[in-house]
Amino acid sequence: MDLTYTEAEEEFRRRLGEWLAAVLPGLPPKPSPDDWPARRAYDTTWQRMLYDAGYAGLHWPEDAGGQGATPTQHLIFLEETEKAGAPYVGANFVGLLHAGPTVAAEGTAEQRARWLPPVLRGDEVWCQGFSEPDAGSDLAALRTRAVRDGDDYVVSGSKIWTSHAEVADWCELLVRTDPDAPKHRGISWLAMPMDAPGITVRPLRTLAGSTEFAEVFLDEVRVPVRNRVGAENDGWRVTMVTLSFERGTAFVGEVVACRRTLDALAAEARRNGKWDDAVLRRRLGRLNAEFRALWRLTQWNVAESERTGGVPGIGGSVFKLRYSRTRQELYEAAAEVLGADAFDLDREWALDRLSSLSYTIAAGTSQIQRNIVAERILGLPKGR
Amino acid sequence: MDFQLSDDQRALRSGMRDLLGAVFDRDRLRAAVERGGGVDRGLWRELGAAGFFALRLPEEAGGVGLGLPEAVLLFEEAGRALLPGPLVATHLAAGLVKGAAEGEAVVTAAEGGGLPVADLGGADAVLVAGGVLTGEELAAFVAGARPVRSMDPLTSLHRVEGRSAGAGASEAYPGALRGEGALLTAAEQLGSAARTTEMAVQHAGAREQFGSLIGSFQAVKHLCADMLARTEPARSAVYAAAVTGDPVEIAAAKLLADDAAVRNARDCLQIHGGMGFTWEADVHLHLKRAWLRAARWLTAAEAEEILAGGLGPVRPLYGGSAALG
Repeated sequence: MDLTYTEAEEEFRRRLGEWLAAVLPGLPPKPSPDDWPARRAYDTTWQRMLYDAGYAGLHWPEDAGGQGATPTQHLIFLEETEKAGAPYVGANFVGLLHAGPTVAAEGTAEQRARWLPPVLRGDEVWCQGFSEPDAGSDLAALRTRAVRDGDDYVVSGSKIWTSHAEVADWCELLVRTDPDAPKHRGISWLAMPMDAPGITVRPLRTLAGSTEFAEVFLDEVRVPVRNRVGAENDGWRVTMVTLSFERGTAFVGEVVACRRTLDALAAEARRNGKWDDAVLRRRLGRLNAEFRALWRLTQWNVAESERTGGVPGIGGSVFKLRYSRTRQELYEAAAEVLGADAFDLDREWALDRLSSLSYTIAAGTSQIQRNIVAERILGLPKGR
Repeated sequence: MDFQLSDDQRALRSGMRDLLGAVFDRDRLRAAVERGGGVDRGLWRELGAAGFFALRLPEEAGGVGLGLPEAVLLFEEAGRALLPGPLVATHLAAGLVKGAAEGEAVVTAAEGGGLPVADLGGADAVLVAGGVLTGEELAAFVAGARPVRSMDPLTSLHRVEGRSAGAGASEAYPGALRGEGALLTAAEQLGSAARTTEMAVQHAGAREQFGSLIGSFQAVKHLCADMLARTEPARSAVYAAAVTGDPVEIAAAKLLADDAAVRNARDCLQIHGGMGFTWEADVHLHLKRAWLRAARWLTAAEAEEILAGGLGPVRPLYGGSAALG
């Protein structure tokens, strides 16, 4: 058990820190959350800066244009960029963390050459068309149909929870190509150009008042057959291959941010007198234990993936289960610290409290995570 | 960074599990329960011979020369097996009390704060805040103690009257000793939490009701998943605290391991249904020990205050120390 970083890892951290200190002051001001084109421009500008400095696709394999960094280097990168206040992955999320790795793993040489470099350079943005109104946790129940017509698929249906749909160039789309096959076996993975005729994007407003994602309606959209990655009807496996790439680093930046927020909450409580409330003070102390443990669990999972060559995957479910609830508790404690100010959305943390309500739902609800933990880790029988 | 068990550490852990499987199997556990706990001197010497108590003494002092990371692995196994006796106190006393390192002496600890003293009957020495009680001081201490009808059948308890005989509050313990006591106790809690998770999963995978294994019902499997989601963060916290020795990190380890042990035992009991409420099932032994350990060395309230004290004012998140990062 060794928590010290190697000399090479420390050197990586030092060089990254120097670069961040040099470039972050030159970033343009953050755009308004409602200005999607500006958000895209901001995020892709940052991606281009990473690309020019040799940090783009850090965790991608080298033969896909990435840096082939170790999981620990990736952890350091996410930790240091968060601590330095660097931009988030933002609009580049799907391209860098899902669609790109999928193309890298399962695409043809031609597909890799077409789609991967623009993601790394920040030239193209991807969105994700997986969930449907009637296929959420049960993703494989998706019904968006794709019918072959010559060299095209003709796609009709609707997708939901698609972030960055308004500004994306491409959509990684799961479609049903064989309606008669068992549900997991009739799905294909397509790269759909977002400027194709027949696509309608309708923004969805969240309970926090902002439009973080959209519904995407597809009315006989023509997608070339050559845009299919993997074999026809093999899309479920193609998608899962990428999801299992997760190397324990998924929440590094968020845990770092939570610890910073917790420190700031303590400082605010000391300032406004709430610190004298032993119940609240101890509650903040307990959150300190939780986030410290989550940070150590992150290091544990990353080290494990480094040893095994990167297959923890399901260990991430244990982490997400605990983390998502704890982060909600963080903002519940923040409301206690804020007191009456918790109802003022201009106060720091008030809006975060609302946003945090999605954590136990997005990317697999806590109930689904418990099923995964119970069945795939603990080996309990499948059932209802 | 390689925050994983080394090959040697894995071997140490499996060696300890094998040893306990041989010298403290379920029959001996249940025999100890019927006896009402107490220390089995033969077992104590076997633990001593295996290096359990001398683990962290330097080799030139006759010890094994290993550190807290190795110690927590052994105590985790002890917690799994519900091994009785003042394991933590005797381990802490190695090098302080003659014979403790070898398992020849049985040493318990009086933590003060009104907490009953465990395993006092037949103890050769008692650790107290100001040092060690032996001989006449020990005799006077024992004379002033009266037995308690212990809730935990594996741990005899004595109440010590007043603050006589050197039994001060646990805060007066030297910080390092108290921190190590808390950490090793947390490791026992971790082992118990992992064990009750296994017991719950085994039962849920064998017991049928309504024509199905109860583990196929989400209401049951979600309890099991939550047990693992308590155990694994606690494990990371305990192991990390053993590596850094940082007091705030030890407080986190104790708090989370106490929680995991107590709440997992509760859920394990629930999953066992009526059988879980019987004397014959082992579940209650885990719960009672977990409750007792949670009150020892560092309580939840104390740990939370230490952890609160470790927060803000705004400062570098990781103290600027890569070793602790």
